[in-house]
Formats: sequence, C-alpha cells, structure tokens
Amino acid sequence: MWCSYACGSSEHGISRRGFLAGAVGGALGALSLDAFNRPAFTRELAKQQKRVLMIWLHGGASQLETWDPKPGTKTGGPFQAIPTSVPGIHICELLPYTAKQMHRLAVVRGLNTAEDDHGKGAYIMHTGRRQEPAMKWPHLGSVCAKLLGDGDNPLPGYIHITPRGNGGVSSEDAAFLGPRYASVALSDGHAPANLDRPAGLTENADHQRHTFRIHADERFLRSRRTAQTEAYTQSYDQAAQLMRKHDLFDIAKEPPAVVDRYGRHDFGRHCLMARRLLEGGATFVKVAHSNYDTHHENFDFHIEQLGEFDRPFATLLDELDDRGLLSSTLVLVASEFGRTPKINRNYGRDHWSRAWSIALAGCGIKGGVVSGKTNAEGTAVTDGQVHGGHLFHTYLSALGFSSKKNFYIDQRPIPIADPKASPIKEVLA
Amino acid sequence: MTAAPAPKIDPAKMHPLKEYKHDSPLIGCRFDPSGQFVFAGAQDNNVVRWHLESGKKTLLTGHKSWVRALAFPAKERILFSADYAGRILAWLAGAEEPKPAYILDAHRGWVRALAVSPDGTTLASCGNDQLVKLWSIPDGKLIRELAGHVCHVYNVVFHPDGKHLISADLKGIVKVWDLAKGEAERELDAKILHKYDPSFQADIGGVRGMACNADGSLLACAGITNVSNAFAGVGNPLVVLFDWASGKQKHLLQPKVKFQGTAWGVIFHPDGFLVSVGGGNGGMLWFWKADDNKDFFSLKLPNNARDLALHPDGRRLAVPFFDGSVRTYSMEAPAAKSFGRHQGNSVAV
Repeated sequence: MWCSYACGSSEHGISRRGFLAGAVGGALGALSLDAFNRPAFTRELAKQQKRVLMIWLHGGASQLETWDPKPGTKTGGPFQAIPTSVPGIHICELLPYTAKQMHRLAVVRGLNTAEDDHGKGAYIMHTGRRQEPAMKWPHLGSVCAKLLGDGDNPLPGYIHITPRGNGGVSSEDAAFLGPRYASVALSDGHAPANLDRPAGLTENADHQRHTFRIHADERFLRSRRTAQTEAYTQSYDQAAQLMRKHDLFDIAKEPPAVVDRYGRHDFGRHCLMARRLLEGGATFVKVAHSNYDTHHENFDFHIEQLGEFDRPFATLLDELDDRGLLSSTLVLVASEFGRTPKINRNYGRDHWSRAWSIALAGCGIKGGVVSGKTNAEGTAVTDGQVHGGHLFHTYLSALGFSSKKNFYIDQRPIPIADPKASPIKEVLA
Repeated sequence: MTAAPAPKIDPAKMHPLKEYKHDSPLIGCRFDPSGQFVFAGAQDNNVVRWHLESGKKTLLTGHKSWVRALAFPAKERILFSADYAGRILAWLAGAEEPKPAYILDAHRGWVRALAVSPDGTTLASCGNDQLVKLWSIPDGKLIRELAGHVCHVYNVVFHPDGKHLISADLKGIVKVWDLAKGEAERELDAKILHKYDPSFQADIGGVRGMACNADGSLLACAGITNVSNAFAGVGNPLVVLFDWASGKQKHLLQPKVKFQGTAWGVIFHPDGFLVSVGGGNGGMLWFWKADDNKDFFSLKLPNNARDLALHPDGRRLAVPFFDGSVRTYSMEAPAAKSFGRHQGNSVAV
C-alpha cells in the first residue's frame, strides 16, 4: 500500500528544502486516525510530551554476550555473568555500566522472531510485522512521529543517527503514513545540510526575502486558500525554527567532562547528540551502532563493540533521568536478531532469531524485570515466548496508546499493531 | 653395538601420529619439558592432559573461563595456564591428579599469553587490560607491571638473551622491554597484522603467535593480513619475520597456496626453519626457511587448527583443533609398521 499523497521522491537529500518538501507533502494527506485525532492528541501533548530513543545494534548483537549470559555452558562463551543493580538479575560482564542501570531496565529474554535474514529481521524489529508482498508497514519511528509528533515541531519526527553514509530521507520507512513521517538520517551525527543561512546572504536580506514571501503568500491566500497552501507557508516557518535550533546538532556546546562521560568515539558522540535532540524536542531518535555481525571472532568483536556501547548507553540513561526526561522517554535496545548459541569453528556466532533478547527502559516500562526465559544453553525459549508483534504492542502501550487501534486510510482500517499479538504485560509499568 | 642414528628431521615426511580426543573445542597446547605429556586448553574451561604413549586423559579443573595460554619453565614440570577470566593457575604438571599450587588474579579481562624466562625464574603474562606483568615463579608474587600498550596485548615472549621481553598487541605494535630498567626500549612494526575495518567499524588482527629463534637473531609474529571482511574472517595468514638487531622486517612469510584464515601460532625449529599453523577455512601447517618468503612445505589438516607446539625431541608437533582433538605429527619418515590403536582417549591416525 502506498501513501496517497506522497511526493513520491525517496531520495531527496536532507536539507531545509528536503524538510520543506516533506512538510508540504505531509500536509496534503488524506490520512486520519480514529483514536489520535488532532485535538485530542494536542491535549495529550499538553500534559506531557513523550518521545522514543531506539539504540540499534546493527548486524545482530549476541544475546549471550549481553542480556542472557550462559557462563559455564557449552554455548556460553568465555565471558562471565555479573550481578546488576537488581539482585538476582545477571547480565554479561561486557556491560558493567549497564548492569548498574538494571533497576531502570526491562529485559525481554523470550524473543523468537523466526527470521535469520538481516533485512527481514530488521523489518520485523522496526515494524512489528513480517514483510508482505502487498503491504508495506511503517517503522516504529514513523508511527511515533505520527502519534507523538507535534505539527509545530521543526525537528523531523523520526531522526536516525547513522555511523556513516550520506544522510537523507527514507520515505519507505513511513510507508502509508507518508513522507512527512519518513526517517531523516544524520550521517555520523552531522547536522542536516544547508541548515545555516548561506554565507552570501545577510540576515537583513534574508529577513527582507522572508517578508516579501509572506506578503506574496497572503495575497495568494486571499483568493486561493487551501490546506496545501497553508502547509506550504507553515513549512517555511518550521524551517526557520529549525535554523534557530541548529545548536542542537553541535555537541561542542557540551562541557568537555560531559563529552568524556559519553566517550570521544562515534557512538559516544552520537548518544550525546541523541540526548541533545531529545531534550530539544525530538520525538523519535534512533542511534545505530555498528557492527555486531560477528561470524568470525565473535568474542573479540563483542569486547570492542560493547566496550563502546556500555558506558555511553548508561550515561544516556543517567542524563535523561537527571533531566526528568526518562519517565517520558521510551528507550529500546534492539537488533535484527541475536546470534547462535553454537560457537562456530572461527570463534564466531551466526544469525539466530529463535531465542534472543532485547532491553527496554523509561516511559511506561517497569524497571528491574526480566520477561521470558531460555533453556540452559540458550537454544530455545522455555517461557514467555514473544515475537516482533508483541514488541510493537508493548512499545505503543508503554507510550500510553491502545495498541489495538487502527489507522484509517481512505476509510479503510489498518491495525496499528499486529492484531494477533498483544503487549508484554510483565515489562509494562 | 652402536645405536642407529636418529632419522633425519624432514618436514616433507610429515605424517600424523596420534589423535587425543576431548569433548570441547581446544584453543592452545604445549608439551611438558619431559616430553611425556601434551596439555591443551579448552573452551569448557578445562586444561586437558594426555599421556602421549598411553593416551590417558586427565582433566585439570579450576579455571573460570577458556584457557589458551600455557607455559612451562624449560626444565621443570610446572605448568602455568591462564584463562579469559584474568587468572593464572600454577600446576605440578606430572602429579597423578594435578591441583593448582597457586592462583594469581593476574589481569582485568582476558589473559592472552604467558612466557617463562630462560632462567626459569620469571613468568610473564599479558592481557586485555593493556598490561604486561612479571611474576616470581617460586612464590607467585608480582615483580613488575609494564604499561605502555594502548590496546589489548596479545602476546609475550622472553628474548633468549634473558635481558629483554617482547610484547605485541592487537594493532601490531611490538614492544621490546629492557627488563633491568622496566622500560620499553624500542618498537617493531607488525601493523600489517592489523586492520581497522571501516565497514564493520571494528579492529581485526593482532599478533596471535610469536617466537624467537634459539640464538635470538630472529623474531617471528603470526596473524592475519589482507582482511577484506573482518566479520567473515576473510583474510590471509602471515608471519612477519624480524631481524632482531636492526628491528626491521626481514621477510613476510606467506603460504604458497592461498589460504583464508589466521596464523594462530608460530615456532622456530632448532634446525632453523619456521613452522606456523593456520585455521579459518580449514587448517594448515606451513614450513618456511628464514631466507625464503614462500613455504617449502605445507600440510592440509583435518580441521580448524588453533595453536602449535614442538615436542622437546624436536621431532613431533602437536596441534589443537576446533573438533576437540589434539593431533600429533611426526617430522620423520613413517616407520614401516603402523601404530596400533591405543586404549583411553587416543587413537593412531
């Protein structure tokens, strides 16, 4: 299913012009929500803005080296399990800082997504659904941008901080929700291109240009006022606001001690950027950490990658809490799948989706709990088995929405989450 | 009547001798100085001892994680074994049921390698805490910490002169330490054994095997190079041969026939040639002369090999494998009569 109002361009570069196009396109939509109509949504926002932070461990982090260690078993690998801030809950020794955050975390150990392909696994974990030939489902980020987003927010609703790449907008992520809710990638955490006023344009000239455009718009609107023209005008205002927020993208504004706490490596910088964006009003921020696809030397690579992940992640939770944001920010740490309990001949672990784990924290999440259980060698879920659909319901429920509601597209109801699944109650506050 | 001269060592006559089985993958091995036993470190946290002749298997239990590093003083049957939980255990290797004589909480994180000084008094260890440590063998007391590496230290050996220690890390930095001063004296460059893979944003490589020749004129560092895909282990084994005096690379020793994987161990044979073992896409043994960068002989192994040890008689090699076996190989022409099947846990192969 395609968005009936999309601009159709999926490859435009990230820029002010890109935002403008997205904003105009989004405003042209015929989409409506039964449960999330604008006035009700605005009232809810007035009470408390909610937001989401997704940490994406790209390539498939090992559950045995993170949330579900099995030391001393044939599949356990060389690492030990360490106690956490919650008595009785142990996680892998590679996460000592995260272990001190366990009272804020809920670990889901009963995940069986039954999909060992990177792309298909990522799709499940982002949409809560399996890929279907006739239907494209929106990413959680796009759904949250739609449900939680503020029309006056100059920041993109779904921001994706990537370790590298060219940045840009991915309209496909929004599926039928339309490009307004597409993910906007910030490559290596850099600000969108063309965010600053061009060097050759003085502030005065820019102001005069803006004033002239307003006059022209007003004249045009007197005879041809439509939703489209209003959106067009509004998008310029949003762009101007975004330009005024350009400091959000500059972590040099942070005290050096804070930068040090996050770590002066890419993932540390990106986590700090995520905190700045969330604090600055962003709705959904995804931070990708690469890479965990450890078919070879799984243990050495997990030492290195989790050594980068652990402290910035823990720092981020601390700082969100210190700022009073954690209770209104849903945090999730996920991958496309886990890794095989069996250790291969090259000290590697391969793709494994039958029994793996993710972690949650923050808004609507009960801290210090573990949901689901795997057997002694981690080869199968023995209790509390869930799949991607359950996770999607859980995210929505944690954010305070009924996950059984529908989107409506041209009067056709589309369940927001897989109707065959339900929230994981044990992890909900 | 005079004894018949011992057969000439000839790697080209290499053939398998025996197979000693364990039920967990093996990652390191050493012969004891008496030559009666072979010891292997396993992924089930055990050290396994086999009597070479009878094949009798004994488990040395006490480690808390995988054991790769094993070392003996040249003339004593004290085994030092180290695990990935940071501990070093000292054992009376010949005891009927060996128990740890002492346990050292040696490093934070993995202990990667051990070495014993030529005079048998000092044990060196290195690990993921970026440190090299020196221990008094008689009492297990820490003598000195050598700091200076900025990443995981993968290997350590004593130079035969007894005055220098050599350590090497993930990034191929080889440090030569003056033991009297406790200071790094110089660095050798084995960076060809490391790569930061920008696609996966991770480091791969490291000095996985290291050895000096008997007179100390050469140093060999083994690992992986030409890595095109870190997470699939796509690269080729390499031994970097250094001239000790100048510290310069003398040769880059590569397999004549391309092999995908890592050189996990390297030794100098007293006759002057080098032997390295590889694991990755199968297992291989390679033999080089010190003045030729292409191997003069190689042997395909039946499984992924993880380490390499030379028997004190200089005629046999032991290789630990992913399939849980230690296999021994002879570098002499095979005897006319084949070996029979042994009781216990070893079989002729």
